[in-house]
Amino acid sequence: MTATRNDQRGEVAVRPASSPGAVAKPARTRLLGGFLWGIAGVALIALIWEGYKFFGPDNGVLIGELRVLPRTTDLAMPHLWDMMTRLAEPVTRADGALPLWAVVALASLMTLGIAAAGWAVGVIVGVVFALLMQRWRLAEFGLLPWIVISQTVPLIAFAPIVKSWGSRVEIGSFEWQDWMSVALIASYLAFFPITVGALKGLQSPDRIHVELFDTYAAGYWPTLVRLRLPAAVPYLLPALRLGAANAVIGAVVAEVSTGLQGGIGRLLIQFAGQASGDPSKAWGPIFGAIVLGLVTAGSVALLGIILKDYRRTEEAA
Amino acid sequence: MSDQIPTTTPAADTMTTDVSDAAVAVRGLNKQFQTASGIVHALEGIDLTVEAGEFVSLIGPSGCGKSTLMRLIADLDVPTSGELTVFGKTATQARLDQDYGIAFQQAGLLPWRTVAANVALPLELHGVASAARRTRVADLLEMVGLTEFADRFPDQLSGGMQQRVAIARSLAEQPRLLLMDEPFGALDEMTREKMQTDLVRIAADTGAAVVFVTHSIPEAVFLSDRVVVMSPRPGRISDIIPMRLDAADGREERDDDLREASSFFEMVTEVREALHGGASDAENPAPRAARGVDTR
Repeated sequence: MTATRNDQRGEVAVRPASSPGAVAKPARTRLLGGFLWGIAGVALIALIWEGYKFFGPDNGVLIGELRVLPRTTDLAMPHLWDMMTRLAEPVTRADGALPLWAVVALASLMTLGIAAAGWAVGVIVGVVFALLMQRWRLAEFGLLPWIVISQTVPLIAFAPIVKSWGSRVEIGSFEWQDWMSVALIASYLAFFPITVGALKGLQSPDRIHVELFDTYAAGYWPTLVRLRLPAAVPYLLPALRLGAANAVIGAVVAEVSTGLQGGIGRLLIQFAGQASGDPSKAWGPIFGAIVLGLVTAGSVALLGIILKDYRRTEEAA
Repeated sequence: MSDQIPTTTPAADTMTTDVSDAAVAVRGLNKQFQTASGIVHALEGIDLTVEAGEFVSLIGPSGCGKSTLMRLIADLDVPTSGELTVFGKTATQARLDQDYGIAFQQAGLLPWRTVAANVALPLELHGVASAARRTRVADLLEMVGLTEFADRFPDQLSGGMQQRVAIARSLAEQPRLLLMDEPFGALDEMTREKMQTDLVRIAADTGAAVVFVTHSIPEAVFLSDRVVVMSPRPGRISDIIPMRLDAADGREERDDDLREASSFFEMVTEVREALHGGASDAENPAPRAARGVDTR
């Protein structure tokens, strides 16, 4: 076998880091490092908050009539520990009232469900649009401007319209629910980055790869499944993450503007109204919204780990 | 008999060949590209026959249309006029029938697939059962000496190894015709020589005809039965030189010793003179070397 004669030369060029043991250790250190930096960041924000509250003037910092830094009273800036203890206390003084954190958690879960539904619809619509535009140049010219314009319509303007249209939808035993209006609005925000990212990803294969599939006489579908979709993954993942964030924002804002009960958006408004008497309580749903954002971002990150083989070029870059 | 080329005799022997036997038969082929600055004549009046099992190199300076000619054979581009058949069929039909395997200058491996999965790609696309696929892939990887790298990803391989994977992939379906567009162009000299030796052996083993595009005179001489010398603007065949190498009775006999044989140097000189002769037809007097051709 002549082929094996000079193989040692080739092997030298193989990256030594490719043995599994060598990879694991730096990866774990990096993970731990990232975790510590995250904690440090949160600690820094807490320090700035309490530091300003301690040293800052009660009436805030003013330049002329303009207040550039907020008041530091307990009403405007409750202590962090007050916010935390408030979370553990019952939401109202009524008997058997749930603790604040549980109410916030339940509301967050409901919003998460709605946002997830909206995200799923956004993914389907976004990918279908991207497939159409990749397949037909004409569709790209015809659709893309409208898709961009669609995002300039303010959400609050059409939320009530969607709700009133939805209330008239009744097909057989199917009846439009209010939460579906919220999910629809969430999907309206979510589909846009997914469309753009998926289109870019589907168009991303190198000419050499497209021609290779041509030489294999591979039709549209085999090329899509074995080339375009795998190549789109590095573009699709950030788009999905952006879409998830948009879906959460859309769901929260739509809950507020359609007046849907039970979600975190409603809770934000409701508890903010009670802030004059119970300032720490208003922060409960804010923390809930933060956790909501982290959970959705984390879910998409998990997807990225599952699809890691398709991101090799991304890591090498 | 009307369209004889005035240059050398090999053009004449293509006239007598039965076209349907030939791997590639090209008659009066023209290719023009419409560009912003007008029409570019990439190829003009190309006549060429590649017999089954024959190794033919296309050599010439940049812009002589050698890659374009290969792309036309592969049906990646359509000729403007003229006749082109692959195993007696149209280029499109030959592509649909998977009559050729192809390797480009870049390996063009799919980065999300392992070495084995990359080699398996054409088999997978054409519905070969997974058991048959596995044995075929194992055979191919052994042929290119990459068995132990089957589970690696392309980014974990050197350029030479990636190119070997690409060659294994091009051989996956045992094509009767191999099209190679400067497959070793990006490799260092040592890897390149080794790959050339391997390719000669593989081509001899499989009995496939090869159309090989290259910039390098020694590479063309070492590998080929015939070297097709092309000249640019418009892209034309200026000479077809049969390689008369002592060891060339059986191609598998070609090895590194040949690189030092006097017959090898004679052939290198002949190809070089053909290349320069084509270039000095132009108005600028006797350029030292044809542009874009390296004499490695």
